Amino acid sequence: MAEQSQTLIEVSRLVVSFAQSGGSGMFHAVDDVSLKVARGEVVGLVGESGSGKTTLAKTILRLYKPAAGTLQFEGCDITRLGEKALRPIRRQMQMVFQDPLSSFNPRVRIGDAVALPLRLHKPGPAHQIQSKVQDLLSRVGLGPQFAARYPHEMSGGQLQRVAVARALAVEPRLIVADEAVSKLDVSVRAQILNLLRDVQSATGVALLFITHDLRVARYLCDRIGVMFFGRLVEVGATADVFSNPRHPYTRALLSTLDDDDGGGLAALAPPAPASSGCRYRSRCPIARSDCAAHRPELQAVGDTHTVACPYVLSD
Amino acid sequence: MAVLLRTLWSNRTARAGVIIVGLFLLAISVGGALMPYSATDMDFLNLLTPPAWTHPFGTDSFGRDVLTRVLLGGRVSLAISVTGVSLAAIIGIPAGLAAAWYGNPIDQLLMRCADLLFAFPSFVLALFLMVVLGFGVTNVILAIALVYVPIFARLARNLALTVREEAYVQAARLMGQSTARILGREILPNIMAPIMVQASISIAFGVIIEAGLSFLGLGVQPPTPSLGVIMADGREYFNQGPWVLTLAGLFISFGLLGLNLLGDGLRDLTDPKLREKTTS
Amino acid sequence: MSAEADLEPPLLEVKNLSARFRMGKVDMLAIRRVDLEIRRREVLGIIGESGSGKSVTGLSILRLLPEHALVAADQLRFDGQELLPLSDEAFRELRGTHLAMVFQDPVGAFNPAKSIGWHLDRIIARAATRANRQGVDLTQDANRWLSDVGIAQPERILPLYPHQLSGGMLQRTLIALSAALQPDLLIADEPTTNLDNIVERQIIGLFRRLKDKLGSAIIFITHDISLAAGLCDRIAVMYAGEIVETGPAETLFRNPTHPYTIGLIETSRQLDERGGRLKEIPGELPSGSHRPRGCLFAPRCGFAAEACRAAPPANIALSPNHSVRCVRYG
Repeated sequence: MAEQSQTLIEVSRLVVSFAQSGGSGMFHAVDDVSLKVARGEVVGLVGESGSGKTTLAKTILRLYKPAAGTLQFEGCDITRLGEKALRPIRRQMQMVFQDPLSSFNPRVRIGDAVALPLRLHKPGPAHQIQSKVQDLLSRVGLGPQFAARYPHEMSGGQLQRVAVARALAVEPRLIVADEAVSKLDVSVRAQILNLLRDVQSATGVALLFITHDLRVARYLCDRIGVMFFGRLVEVGATADVFSNPRHPYTRALLSTLDDDDGGGLAALAPPAPASSGCRYRSRCPIARSDCAAHRPELQAVGDTHTVACPYVLSD
Repeated sequence: MAVLLRTLWSNRTARAGVIIVGLFLLAISVGGALMPYSATDMDFLNLLTPPAWTHPFGTDSFGRDVLTRVLLGGRVSLAISVTGVSLAAIIGIPAGLAAAWYGNPIDQLLMRCADLLFAFPSFVLALFLMVVLGFGVTNVILAIALVYVPIFARLARNLALTVREEAYVQAARLMGQSTARILGREILPNIMAPIMVQASISIAFGVIIEAGLSFLGLGVQPPTPSLGVIMADGREYFNQGPWVLTLAGLFISFGLLGLNLLGDGLRDLTDPKLREKTTS
Repeated sequence: MSAEADLEPPLLEVKNLSARFRMGKVDMLAIRRVDLEIRRREVLGIIGESGSGKSVTGLSILRLLPEHALVAADQLRFDGQELLPLSDEAFRELRGTHLAMVFQDPVGAFNPAKSIGWHLDRIIARAATRANRQGVDLTQDANRWLSDVGIAQPERILPLYPHQLSGGMLQRTLIALSAALQPDLLIADEPTTNLDNIVERQIIGLFRRLKDKLGSAIIFITHDISLAAGLCDRIAVMYAGEIVETGPAETLFRNPTHPYTIGLIETSRQLDERGGRLKEIPGELPSGSHRPRGCLFAPRCGFAAEACRAAPPANIALSPNHSVRCVRYG
């Protein structure tokens, strides 16, 4: 088990809710989620679109306010901190967004975009900042000439490199990468995945990697959390989850990695998940009557492997 | 600035607007000084003479040169309108940004106030304010400002609401930028294009509001020339000297045309994505 | 020539297809030298990245490009009929019955004022008339097509309007619509990019059934080489507006020849073997204004030599159905 001092982030029983689009009531985008991320760890969050993985990550960064639960960063409770109190903590948590173009102010040159966090957090003479910018750009494989460009003059892959450089500028403890490679061209994707991996091993930054692409998650992550409609249904070391998935949803997801025909999958995707008890029960091949009664909690099935289904605890 | 002008020049609508507004501004800023007359020089030997070489716009009932008065009056009207609209922008834009950023209850409060002011046609609102505030130049400026505050506030709020969700604004928050800096440096520059268009259109209509109020005798008081005062004078002796009202009116229309063209052109050009297309 | 090829002429034959866009005074070349062939009961995958021209290829074939596009071809023959000389009206008729397309973004394909059921009924009725089938139960058929794309309780969504469905649901509905039309040729442009893995697999299964049961030919456009591997019989790899390699899917995966294809397949394979660095294809796609003179891939290619930069490489047949545009095989 991870030592307390090794824990970078501790999310416990977190609930994030938004007003329903129809205007009636609230809906829980993240529903009672607990998760720990250790220092220097690469954790993947996988799940279908709408499963709440991005909301969870953005709430960890406190871009959203949680409705319930607690959020600790380095042992410090940040659940209810205001924007001002968050500022010093913020520099330790950075994010790389899905759409590289929209993550840059269209009117700011790349060099200035990278320089800004330096100016805010490590003020120094202009020439020193300039040389730090060049240094950061070269760490992500970009020449100094890119500093003078505007975002729209660069390709998606180049911008994603700059996004990594900008995140690194403040020497964070955590980088959240939200589908950071899913909008990139295939031939460029490998470059960015390698870059993230290199940066991670060079700086020891923890990485929370959100993706719908299971193969990318498997390639990059030490640990995987599988989300289904706001709930974490399975968490474990990547190797365990992939070689020995327990939760029926994880199994269904992983079966898509096989190249065989998806003929048997027709029953797997009814539009509405159940509203009470286990939300997956309406799609679940092993659902029982008492699945409706209470919500399954994550329970250990191995040293680091937990699953939210009481019927798959033993093989 | 040079780049902006060059790109403005490449757009036909904007180019026409730049030329007209340029001529208009040049005329009212230095034109008055170049004229051999002053706005109040009276020539009792030449009352109400039709346009001629010595008096291109003719003279009015006091024998004052109408062109000189229009040029100097235009300067007064424009200055009043620009001041009023600037005041509106200075109050309205930050209010709109704050409403968008902080959300309710500030948003609700500000927008309900805006709705209230919006409920009246702008000229009626200006008239009402003049009655409340009293006559005079300062109050015309205040009236114009109050008419346009809700327009700028609402425009800035709606634009900021969309930009607020952009990834680069979230990145700025994560970077630890202060709220003021995010609003001023990240959001404001990216919503300036439509605001500039709104401002140029507002200035054009501000001139009309000023002219209207002064025309009714509520605004600038004679003998200070303003477009409204000149037209009010011209109306009184329209039968004897129709050129005063007509030519002053045409002069206003000319300036408004230019402002509108420029506004349209600006809208196309201040968007950086469009700017790239027109220059490459 | 394989025996199969002798038996049946291709349903669609494309020779030297090109498309350019008029941009002010200059033309921007989107695709050129595109040769394609597809038979009934065959799935042809067109693989490429954004800007590779894969979508433009599909749109050119279906005459769906905007006004300022110029499409030319030595041959564009569908079911024995030359398509280019057809009037717009005749083409529209063809497009609504024998040819269909599924786009990545489904919103524009629906009439916002009509229900999902209305859309499906129209298509099913049209397909039934064409096949001379009588007494079709529209609702039952509609339900069947919708459940085929993984929509449970389809009767629930029939009365709904397009804006009431999520993007994923709408995309599935659009695929169901195109399938219900039972076209001879279906062009699907990144149909599953916005859907999650499970639904994606279902859609792939649906395409496979379309091909097997109805004998439709499908052109499947995607950037995901592993997805194409599971569905396609033959694959054409596009890069910067040209087809750089085409051949049977098996051959291409086991024995890729173009350096770009090799790179794509290696990256994809390495993702499955955790650990180690991924093999990168260095650099970026050439932009519209900076196209290399010789081989378009040469600036990123580990094998590039003098000859590659001098002149564009010719298409070289390695076997009757496998060809590559690379001087190394000349």
